[in-house]
Amino acid sequence: MGQQLTVSQLEAKANTIRQDIITMLEAAGSGHSAGPLGLSDIFAALYFDIMNYDAKNPDWEKRDYFFLSNGHTVPVQYAAMAEAGFFEKAELQTLRKLGSRLQGHPERTKLPGLENTSGPLGSGLSQASGVAYALQYLDREPHRFVYTVMGDGELNEGNIWEAAMFAGKYKLAQLIGFIDRNNIQIDGNTEDVMPLEDLRGKWESFGWHVQEVDGHNIESIIDAASMARAISNKPSVIIAHTIPGKGVDFMEYDYHWHGAPPNHEQAKEALTKLRTLNGKIKAGE
Amino acid sequence: MSSYPLRDDIFSEKPTEEPTRAGFGRGLKKAGEADERVVALCADLTESTQMHHFKAAFPERYIEIGVAEQNLVTVASGLARAGKIPFTSSYAAFSPGRNWEQIRTTITLNEQPVKIIGSHAGVSVGPDGATHQMLEDIALMRVLPHMVVVVPGDSVEAEKATLAIAQNGEPSYLRLAREKTPVFSTDDSPFTIGTAYVLREGRDVTLCGTGTMTFQLLKAAQLLEQQGVSAEVVHVPTVKPLDETVILASARKTGRVVTAEEAQIAAGFGGAVAELLSEKLPTPLKRIGMLDRFGESGQPNELLDYFGLNAEKMKPVIQEFINATSQYHREG
Repeated sequence: MGQQLTVSQLEAKANTIRQDIITMLEAAGSGHSAGPLGLSDIFAALYFDIMNYDAKNPDWEKRDYFFLSNGHTVPVQYAAMAEAGFFEKAELQTLRKLGSRLQGHPERTKLPGLENTSGPLGSGLSQASGVAYALQYLDREPHRFVYTVMGDGELNEGNIWEAAMFAGKYKLAQLIGFIDRNNIQIDGNTEDVMPLEDLRGKWESFGWHVQEVDGHNIESIIDAASMARAISNKPSVIIAHTIPGKGVDFMEYDYHWHGAPPNHEQAKEALTKLRTLNGKIKAGE
Repeated sequence: MSSYPLRDDIFSEKPTEEPTRAGFGRGLKKAGEADERVVALCADLTESTQMHHFKAAFPERYIEIGVAEQNLVTVASGLARAGKIPFTSSYAAFSPGRNWEQIRTTITLNEQPVKIIGSHAGVSVGPDGATHQMLEDIALMRVLPHMVVVVPGDSVEAEKATLAIAQNGEPSYLRLAREKTPVFSTDDSPFTIGTAYVLREGRDVTLCGTGTMTFQLLKAAQLLEQQGVSAEVVHVPTVKPLDETVILASARKTGRVVTAEEAQIAAGFGGAVAELLSEKLPTPLKRIGMLDRFGESGQPNELLDYFGLNAEKMKPVIQEFINATSQYHREG
């Protein structure tokens, strides 16, 4: 991690990440649009403020860990990693192509800087819990944290709640989960497919510290992560309310963009919108 | 004669017996003594799977997961990412029975050296019945790229296998049994992952066994000898990677191969040997094991007899196979 960025610099990073997502997905011709766009502000906050890492030494022994649990949103992680200097940005255009290190769903063994292989939903939180357990009880390294991003539809998976019980039992205080609460999944709105509410109450009852934030307000995201690190007797989850497709108006709120890429015309329009939007995504806008 | 040392009481009326899981329990404690990266996770079956020895010795490195097999292996994947050598245990019916996808994605595709210990495998679990008699685990694990599959023949070998997989740096499956079975190997018997051993030399047929079925084949070979049949017995404790050299050499010598396992023959150990022989040395083959059916409740020995998995029931099957293949038997 380099120098401290201002909020407006972080917002510019998020915008760059969004543009990269659009160009990557257009070049790939397949992939998920809505989730990555909605997560761009969270990833800008994670990779450019919250997490400690060394892009030139991905296995740095003092790094924080990041586990992407909903692997299909990986374009946002690739874009953030390229922007952070893990690899050249030109490589983003190889997404989903034969021989690429940027697999359609992330594979740890292909790309340094990835901590896990993910795609099938529900298993990221428990892997993050395993690392958090090691840091807290085996290696006793209290200054390192384990972050994970989960989708909300993903919370249908039983494995998530097994991990929630486990982390609650062992009070894994260095574990910090983000939930991308965008209310959509493939078959429709989350509350129609399989209701998640009372989501806050569920996590609290499992022994977690729960915060809710506007997932497009970078300051709020950073503050919530800071609060989560200060909670020393339980794991933390941050329910980040996001708009799927955020930043590209014709994609926003529409679950049909969950698993679809933009075509050339749509990508062009999306990039135009994003370029004129620069600095305008924050709370209340 | 084969140079593999066998215990001298194996054909006595009361051979020394111990369950393979007991050898695992000893081995895990030793592995923990040898390497502090070794950690143990269990899904509410600590004593059954014999992890309690490790737990007593290293309480801080033992992690209770509760009845949650998906979490068992995924938490282990995370621990491996943090540099640990995690051993996970449950009944084989549940792990790898229930959590195969998590093993596939977060352990094998992710190349994390997690050890999956599936205890109480096979019909010899007995009265608990078909739900708990895991028969498909060899097939499930062997088709996964990067996965090592070890089925020890007795408790002494199980201990050696446990120490070996602790240090192999790869995802590994260790299949164990609940019931006591005869101990045929000795402390001096060799064990290396990926190696098969000729326990008894012969001319007419090769009997390849994995797990505790090897002992039954040794006994069957002795019974066959009384009929004038010279059987070679090859013990194959590692189903993957399969020791092609030893199996092919024996098949070339005898011209007939029989496999035996306490598991489904389809895609199991018999399946692995069938693939090998049909591609590299087409040889008449007879697979003994579970024939596309589930088990049922009963006493362990009753069930082994019912399903044809003891020496007495194997002998006529092997004899018939030899007779049926005599007209096109290729002399070695």
